[in-house]
Amino acid sequence: MSTTTEDKETKSAAIEAKLIPIYIMGKKYEVPESLTIMKAMEYAGYKYIRGCGCRGGVCGACSTIYRKPNDYKIYTGLACQTVVEPDMYLTQLPFYPAMRATYNFYDLEGKPEEIFELYPELFRCVACNACTKVCPMDVEVMDYIAALKRGDIKAAAQISFDCIQCGLCASRCMGELPQYHIAQLARRINGTYLTPRAEHLKTMVANIQAGRYKEALEGLKASDEDNLKKLYTGREMEPATAGEDWTPKDSTYL
Amino acid sequence: MPIFISTRESDDQLRKKVREISGQNFQQCYQCGTCSGSCPMIEHINVFPRRIMALLQLGNRKALEESNTPWVCASCHTCMVRCPRGIDITKVMEALRLIKLRQNIDRIELKKLEPEQIADMPQIAMVSGFRKMTS
Amino acid sequence: MKIAYYPGCTLKTKAKNLELAALACLDKLRVEYEELPRWNCCGAVFSLADDDLIHMVAPVRDLIRVQERGQDTVLTLCSMCYNTLARANDLMKNDEEKRKTINDFMDEEPDYEGNVRVVHLLDFIRDDYGFDKLKEHITAPLNGMKVAPYYGCTLLRPKEVALDRPDNPIVFHKFLEVIGAEVIDFGSATKCCGAYQVLGAPEATLQVSHEIISDAVNNGAEALALTCPLCDYNMGKRQDQILEKFDDAKELPVYYFTQLLALAMGLESGVAHFELNREIAQKLLKKKNLIKT
Repeated sequence: MSTTTEDKETKSAAIEAKLIPIYIMGKKYEVPESLTIMKAMEYAGYKYIRGCGCRGGVCGACSTIYRKPNDYKIYTGLACQTVVEPDMYLTQLPFYPAMRATYNFYDLEGKPEEIFELYPELFRCVACNACTKVCPMDVEVMDYIAALKRGDIKAAAQISFDCIQCGLCASRCMGELPQYHIAQLARRINGTYLTPRAEHLKTMVANIQAGRYKEALEGLKASDEDNLKKLYTGREMEPATAGEDWTPKDSTYL
Repeated sequence: MPIFISTRESDDQLRKKVREISGQNFQQCYQCGTCSGSCPMIEHINVFPRRIMALLQLGNRKALEESNTPWVCASCHTCMVRCPRGIDITKVMEALRLIKLRQNIDRIELKKLEPEQIADMPQIAMVSGFRKMTS
Repeated sequence: MKIAYYPGCTLKTKAKNLELAALACLDKLRVEYEELPRWNCCGAVFSLADDDLIHMVAPVRDLIRVQERGQDTVLTLCSMCYNTLARANDLMKNDEEKRKTINDFMDEEPDYEGNVRVVHLLDFIRDDYGFDKLKEHITAPLNGMKVAPYYGCTLLRPKEVALDRPDNPIVFHKFLEVIGAEVIDFGSATKCCGAYQVLGAPEATLQVSHEIISDAVNNGAEALALTCPLCDYNMGKRQDQILEKFDDAKELPVYYFTQLLALAMGLESGVAHFELNREIAQKLLKKKNLIKT
């Protein structure tokens, strides 16, 4: 990240804001109180080359660990989402080395034993719950590991759904498990083997292959730009308040 | 096999450590051998439990480290329930394992286990085996 | 009040025959139970180090889950889970200092004082349900099939959590008698099968398992009954290797005690899932006319 406009925006927005002290890797900085940790670090002069991704709280690249005065607890958050607090001590842990097993997914049949083979360290979990406590997404990490130990892949996939693969769980694990990689395999298996196939999708693909939409598509391809715009703006849209039983007036292609 | 007794080689640190971890006073052992007579793994260990207790009393680290006994012990607790001196020998074995494991020295390597074996074993075999033999 | 049921990991995959048979029996006996909605692996072995509390956290957490449901008893089927949970409970009840440390460490959970009672199905039947009452439900007794009760280690040792006298137990004998078996007493009934040493010392484990089976056979047993999925692995599933390695080895059918109970209660044999045992297990039952061919 190196856009100067954004730096200016950050600084101008900060003019009015009250400055508070924060400690980045032990060094004190005065930063505007309303900023996120990421903005505050940029305000303090740090430049992100790594450890920053979507800036929207979903990519898991900017996980940050911090502590508050007179509080033994470890707090975590995504730097792009967490607002600074006075006297917080922080460091980023954007990456944590964790062993990811190598497998050809389509060689797997989706059985629990395959997860056990790829990640036998699963059985080193002691249920200390440090993973759940450190998760910035409030995923119950220990619970999905518990589910996997008993072979319940579906439960593990569901519990780990909000995981953004930041790796903080692995950083705290005394059993040295790469929890998030194991959960990813569970979700892959769940999606491929355990979730019912969408039957209507099959029908739709068959319809497309049978040429049901060929004529309509050819028609669109032959249209000029103005006509395409007209068709697009004039299309019938589903109202925001439409109920389950809503259908378009023109049902030729349903 | 004779036991070589030497004050120079008596390791008090080891004795202290085992006492701390196990909470057991192995000095109370009077060498009756009930533990050895009860051990289901007797044919597979190279130092019998009674002798382990003697070696500990003497603080003979070298002989204890050469023994496979703590690593073949299955924590079945038979010696413990039968010990006339009330020593929990199972805990002493655990302490001897932990002294190694806490130095980050594992007895088994997970990555060397056969995938077929992992797929075949019940989970409790792995959970308990890893607890006893990995750090 | 329903009692809490704690299955344990292995019962959900490798030992389904232990669990499914038991649950079918409990339903028939009208025992009200409920599987804990949230539970984790107990750790399988109780930590034997005085200075190690982290390994207590897993079983204590499960006991907290029971307490949270307002239940006072937790029922187990797997003897390793029984032992780990019962010993952790014992520690929380009796060791004030360690209790405080563990409660302080688990600052995200309510405190636990050791007030849940941990039972195994065998002592539950003996003490809570009653052998006499069970007898009334035995509609298809085992016709004197010669069964050796194998207790293993974790139901009997250490004393603090033992279901019975550690060196001369009778509860499993009594159970088999009630379901109509001829009980074969044998010296190895409480001898260790090698347990987790199947990982560290697999050859030694094979041999001690072989000795136990041979002892049962030599005393006239037609079958071995047990309670633990790890014993079942060492002496049941790995019997192929025992037969291959030892010339004097004889094949012996191995059953979970719950499977035999289901049979004796006249439940449809499907609920006991004998197809998950070695083939010989079904053969013997057919020979004895205990299941249909």
